[in-house]
Amino acid sequence: MELIYSIFSGLPFAWADYKFMVNAVIAVMLIAPLMGILGTMAVNNKMAFFSDALGHSAFTGIALGVVLGIENELISLVVFGVVIALLITKVKNKGNTSSDTVISVFSSASIAVGLLILSYGGGFTKYSTYLVGDILSVTGAEILCLFITLVAIVVIWCVIYNKLLIISVNKELAASRGIKTALYENIFVVVVAVVVMLSIKWVGILLINSLLILPAASSRNVTKNSRQYLAVSVLISLFSALSGLLISFYADTSAGATIVTVSAIVFFVTYIISKKK
Amino acid sequence: MAFENGCGLCKISVNNIGVKKGGDTLLSDVSFHLHCGELTAVIGVNGAGKTTLVKSILGEIRHEGNVSFESHDGEKISKVTIGYVPQHLDFDRSAPISVEDFLLVGRTNSPVCFKRKKEHIKEIDEALQSVGCLDLKNRKLGELSGGELQRVMLVNALYPLPELLVLDEPVSGVDAKGSEIFYEAILNLKKNYHMAIAMVSHDLGIVKEYADNVVLINKTVLKTGSAQEVFDSREFKNVFFSVPERWA
Repeated sequence: MELIYSIFSGLPFAWADYKFMVNAVIAVMLIAPLMGILGTMAVNNKMAFFSDALGHSAFTGIALGVVLGIENELISLVVFGVVIALLITKVKNKGNTSSDTVISVFSSASIAVGLLILSYGGGFTKYSTYLVGDILSVTGAEILCLFITLVAIVVIWCVIYNKLLIISVNKELAASRGIKTALYENIFVVVVAVVVMLSIKWVGILLINSLLILPAASSRNVTKNSRQYLAVSVLISLFSALSGLLISFYADTSAGATIVTVSAIVFFVTYIISKKK
Repeated sequence: MAFENGCGLCKISVNNIGVKKGGDTLLSDVSFHLHCGELTAVIGVNGAGKTTLVKSILGEIRHEGNVSFESHDGEKISKVTIGYVPQHLDFDRSAPISVEDFLLVGRTNSPVCFKRKKEHIKEIDEALQSVGCLDLKNRKLGELSGGELQRVMLVNALYPLPELLVLDEPVSGVDAKGSEIFYEAILNLKKNYHMAIAMVSHDLGIVKEYADNVVLINKTVLKTGSAQEVFDSREFKNVFFSVPERWA
């Protein structure tokens, strides 16, 4: 990390003198491609609402950690995230209730239970940073953890990509080709849950879904095949995250909110381009 | 001497298929044979259980009975490749998936958004050419017309080359020209690859023109035979032309 810091300190920018900003820039350069990659399939599989609910359930994850006395909040967050992601998928696939209703029930229930526990005795304020996140608080050790996650996700992604692509076109068609659709769906939701929960501390519960969905949604507006879709999604994600972070530094605004605002602007630009075609 | 076909199969037997859902019997004791190099059409009125039968053959739903496969010398084959062209493909038409992406998925394990092998691209070009739609290769799947999409689905169903091809109302909603091109391709397959083809259809004109055998079902098998034999049968008239008692 020291080597990276020394490279950044040589840059002729005011922000590069601050270690917390350098950490934040490296972190978004890891989180943004992850979101850009996963977002393509999340959007293809109509999971925008699902990942939103997953983000909201973070409160219950933190609350369970507090109740069970788990020191590292990240552990309870990730474990709860994975459990709720698998549960939503199971109920959605088994039941007759329409999927948006099922997800809405899980979303409301998990945010309410989390808030109920965390607000007990008026102690909610210290958890409110989770709402919008704080990318500037990321440490060197956490960056290493993010890097390992990025590598692991890319490996899993390569293995399941083709299967998920055909499942996203039509589940029955995928099943007729001998693909175990439930297995691949579950692997994907677990991967999304892990990434969402790992990033939530820095991006925030209210903004995490936008970071996952907006770059892929923008990319869909202007691309025609899977190669372009993935490449443009990752590029838009990186562009929005880096420019948003730097704008927030100079404009003294919330980093997460600025990043998402830039992503939203990119989405509307691509939307207008797609309509003019 | 028994005819030795290209796929190694001689007969596919659908044995006593039964499907129940809740308290309702969707199919009961359905049995018939499919032969290589022949197109067998399954016909019946709406709700007769045609699509349920297709799903049973594909192994997608729980059912009684089984589907068995026999080679030309009478040996049982445990598993065969089945190609499937669905009735209506319900998918997100705005998804950026090209025809080439879609057809590559079944051919390789490495992500189709990365490197593509030349041999796979060549195979896809030849397959698309064979159904007269090479120009669709770089088009978005969601931009295709009904007829074009069904031909792409047919190309998809033909890799790996199946021993049994199942078509579920393959050209429903497709214009006459698209329908004709599709069936020409099917006839070529039957002739050149000696493939067993099972087709569910409500279009009796198409059935009469293309089917070698016809199976009339209404929850169970009512009549089997050539198109003419089935169309002339009392069972056929009862199913398609009878006046319900309450209207009589």
